[in-house]
Amino acid sequence: MTSQNSSPHTKAVSLFELYSCFFWIGMMSFGGGLMPWIQREVVTRRNWLTNEEFLPGMAMSQVLPGVNSTNVAVYVGQHLRGAAGSITALAAILSGPFIMVMFAAVSYEFVLGIKFIQAAAAGVAAAALGMMLTTAISAIRSCGLNIAPICIMIVTFILIGIVHMSLVTVVLIMTPISVLLSWPRTTKASEGKPDA
Amino acid sequence: MRENNLIGLMIVLAPLSLASVGGATAIYAPLQHEAVELRQWVTPQEFLNYFTIMRFMPGPSSMLGALIGWKLEGFWGVLVATLSLYAPSSLVCFIVARSWSRFAGKPWHTAMQRGLMPVATGLVSAGVWNLFQLSGGSLPYAAMMIGVAIALTISKKLHPTPLLIAGALVFEGLYLVDLL
Repeated sequence: MTSQNSSPHTKAVSLFELYSCFFWIGMMSFGGGLMPWIQREVVTRRNWLTNEEFLPGMAMSQVLPGVNSTNVAVYVGQHLRGAAGSITALAAILSGPFIMVMFAAVSYEFVLGIKFIQAAAAGVAAAALGMMLTTAISAIRSCGLNIAPICIMIVTFILIGIVHMSLVTVVLIMTPISVLLSWPRTTKASEGKPDA
Repeated sequence: MRENNLIGLMIVLAPLSLASVGGATAIYAPLQHEAVELRQWVTPQEFLNYFTIMRFMPGPSSMLGALIGWKLEGFWGVLVATLSLYAPSSLVCFIVARSWSRFAGKPWHTAMQRGLMPVATGLVSAGVWNLFQLSGGSLPYAAMMIGVAIALTISKKLHPTPLLIAGALVFEGLYLVDLL
């Protein structure tokens, strides 16, 4: 396919593996936070991509139209297996919700009335947020201990988390600055390293 | 009638697929306008119920459009709604991703990659912060979040599913003893 990259595991990933990986990600993600699942499965557990390959795709996915998680699925699928990979990952991440939504349609009035389920949902959400925190920690470690990326990271955090600027605006402002700052030291450091 | 509804779903949802920059929240208002007010596919109360139920469902919250599809045309409504919601944006993303990977190894590509990493890291960190605040920031919530993060950081191979189930059980217990 068209993708040439430095991941050592690229050729080993079958479409079936890709499907089953993203199918379970799609099924298990409650309350929207799919990104940490994908990062954990694809980077940390399976070593299909490095953080250096994954994180740019994640940033792009949030700026492009569409849902972040389906965009990342398309990005990862493309990276590993080209067009077939994209279609497989997209179909996989949506097929669980596709079935569940029909189940929800016939039972939602019943389910919504139960306080018991809401407590469980809050517990799942708290644990899922812990997973997102793990992704943040993993990403911070991949960025290394240089002043420029640390400053970019902190400013991005403040603009979104505290100033509450729109995500798209922040990405469009911070990316050019960050790219310029990282220009000089990137002459031949393009080999991906597995996330330690 | 059936043809009309399926085509209607496509006409309403496909543009929203491309309009949903920055997540599903961007499409709620236009979707409500089209589905409730203009076309009267669902009542305001039904739309609100769908919105709530999507928080308890796996998958993107824009699957709300698929619930509307179910009400109109059952299985085919869900299928057409899902394709309309995700195919257009995915095609755009695929084209961008493919162009991106074509240039892997070029110096500017590496610089872009390096530059995007801290931005993405800031995004995730701010996301954690925002969601934590939205949750009300209670003590059980913070403890669960930090506990899970420690477990997952220490063990690289640990699967998150058992932790999510544990989260549900612990909160269920807290609810039963009235601590939540």
